Amino acid sequence: MGEDTDTRKINHSFLRDHSYVTEADIISTVEFNHTGELLATGDKGGRVVIFQREPESKNAPHIQGEYDVYSTFQSHEPEFDYLKSLEIEEKINKIKWLPQQNAAHSLLSTNDKTIKLWKITERDKRPEGYNLKDEEGKLKDLSTVTSLQVPVLKPMDLMVEVSPRRIFANGHTYHINSISVNSDCETYMSADDLRINLWHLAITDRSFNIVDIKPANMEDLTEVITASEFHPHHCNLFVYSSSKGSLRLCDMRAAALCDKHSKLFEEPEDPSNRSFFSEIISSVSDVKFSHSGRYMLTRDYLTVKVWDLNMEARPIETYQVHDYLRSKLCSLYESDCIFDKFECSWNGSDSVIMTGAYNNFFRMFDRNTKRDVTLEASRESSKPRAVLKPRRVCVGGKRRRDDISVDSLDFTKKILHTAWHPAENIIAIAATNNLYIFQDKVNSDMH
Amino acid sequence: MMFARGLKRKCDQEEGGEVFGSVPSYSLQRQSLLDMSLVKLQLCHMLVEPNLCRSVLIANTVRQIQEEMSRDGVWNGMVPQNAEPAPLDRLVSTEILCRTVRGPDGEHPAPELEEGPLQGPASELPTVNSTHGPRNPQSSLWEMDSPQENRGSFQKSLDQIFETLENKNPSSVEELFSDVDNSYYDLDTVLTGMMSGTKPGICNGLEGFAAAAPPPSSTCKSDLADLDHVVEILVET
Repeated sequence: MGEDTDTRKINHSFLRDHSYVTEADIISTVEFNHTGELLATGDKGGRVVIFQREPESKNAPHIQGEYDVYSTFQSHEPEFDYLKSLEIEEKINKIKWLPQQNAAHSLLSTNDKTIKLWKITERDKRPEGYNLKDEEGKLKDLSTVTSLQVPVLKPMDLMVEVSPRRIFANGHTYHINSISVNSDCETYMSADDLRINLWHLAITDRSFNIVDIKPANMEDLTEVITASEFHPHHCNLFVYSSSKGSLRLCDMRAAALCDKHSKLFEEPEDPSNRSFFSEIISSVSDVKFSHSGRYMLTRDYLTVKVWDLNMEARPIETYQVHDYLRSKLCSLYESDCIFDKFECSWNGSDSVIMTGAYNNFFRMFDRNTKRDVTLEASRESSKPRAVLKPRRVCVGGKRRRDDISVDSLDFTKKILHTAWHPAENIIAIAATNNLYIFQDKVNSDMH
Repeated sequence: MMFARGLKRKCDQEEGGEVFGSVPSYSLQRQSLLDMSLVKLQLCHMLVEPNLCRSVLIANTVRQIQEEMSRDGVWNGMVPQNAEPAPLDRLVSTEILCRTVRGPDGEHPAPELEEGPLQGPASELPTVNSTHGPRNPQSSLWEMDSPQENRGSFQKSLDQIFETLENKNPSSVEELFSDVDNSYYDLDTVLTGMMSGTKPGICNGLEGFAAAAPPPSSTCKSDLADLDHVVEILVET
């Protein structure tokens, strides 16, 4: 590999499979299902593409299962709200898989206004030998039927069928930013800028409003909901984040309307770093519970933070994603980049966290070793099966050969959406309209 | 001073008495940031509902700046009757604020974005026409007067705002909003892009083309439709 001593344990054996080019459409969400066998992506055109991991071949065990396209369907279409004379985008904001309960897979997909439940089934057999119909389905001439037969199931080419089973519409006045399936597998919540609703998966004509932060007078509006998620184990607990950088943990047993939080997680502002942009960069763009349920991970513009559910006063860990942007906040405000919403992810064992950045870079932080690495998702810099090379952004001072200077970063190439396989070291990175899947070849066991 | 960080400045030749080689004063930078923020708020009106989070964050920034200006005692004193730089220059100074120095080109017609890593959507910034004067984002945001008022200059609208302020206590953005007749204008409308009656915003600039100021129409698109209609009529005659 030719890596020097800087090689981080996390990345040195990552291989890249291939890049899946979904032409023209920008990927807007990426989500593994609970086993990691399936990977769903949503795009700006309202389509969902599901990838399936091929089972590992016994003949070639060194070729770990790769992901191939399993199904593609149009989830949402553009709509027009005639009352407001505004378009409703078909862009898929979030996809969440339901835990698998039978042979079928189910997922929820949502755009700004409407959530849909999709059922994905496989058909690999079909009945043959009907008495009344011939092979093409035409009715037989009854006079030719002289004996009865029992139709038998014969194998056929695998067909993946996707059908919309529920449409949860008209629940939101504002734009939906998150959905989260409850651990009870019966309910889920959807959050928009000002409200959070609780739905039953089987009931589409009503939902319960569990959080409402809309002020009586909209002129008093100073804070919005930015993300929310159910606790992975406690079906009564959920968290939501705000544009002011706070997290509120709520208990649905306490009251029907969870406007009063059980816990408020907020870090006091650092007075030495105060500027007019302080609030904007503190806005939380994503919140994720750890798999263990003990921690929460948040992403704001410049950092990722790990919070312990038992400590509200401050995060237990803070990692700088791209602190070199702190002196460029005004330009980033002007270009609107400061409003970019980056997501964050835990690995299966909650020991490594990952988030995207600009220039098609993404960052990983090992919580145990405190080491971090910057990697790039681009076709130019990596070929299939090649090992990813760590990247560095230089901020003046000594510059190494392959360093990128802050001023040459491409801010149009942003990695907002990333996902980590629930158990293995496989990550999915959405770089605009390209999907990259990286696998850790050597270190397949958890840290 | 938060803006000075990271700013590279070259010393260029002086022009018209202004020395662009020096770092702009904090109050100038702050004013530029305020102007930029107001422009951003105004440009939220698009075909798709604007991002509420973004609007709220920008509005909060405006509030912060304006609170600080009040504390500094400059909010009242902002009435531009003296030799303050023209609004055009102020938009230019926004550019200076955010980039390395471009040079003392005060006549730059529009704060065009450079090609480069931080290029933003150039269409977001209003085209500043040196003859027409820039569109006046704040006035349409805060004023309830007839559209004709909006045709005035940036400067004039600021006057009107500050007149309003002088009559009452200079105060927060909320009070500015509360001054407005809610039946005509609704902050909810602005923040969420929903329309109820007049749609303030970039479409008002189109009135300059119409033979008569069109009545407040409900959507940007119908403004454009009106424009098409007007153009058709002109062509036929």
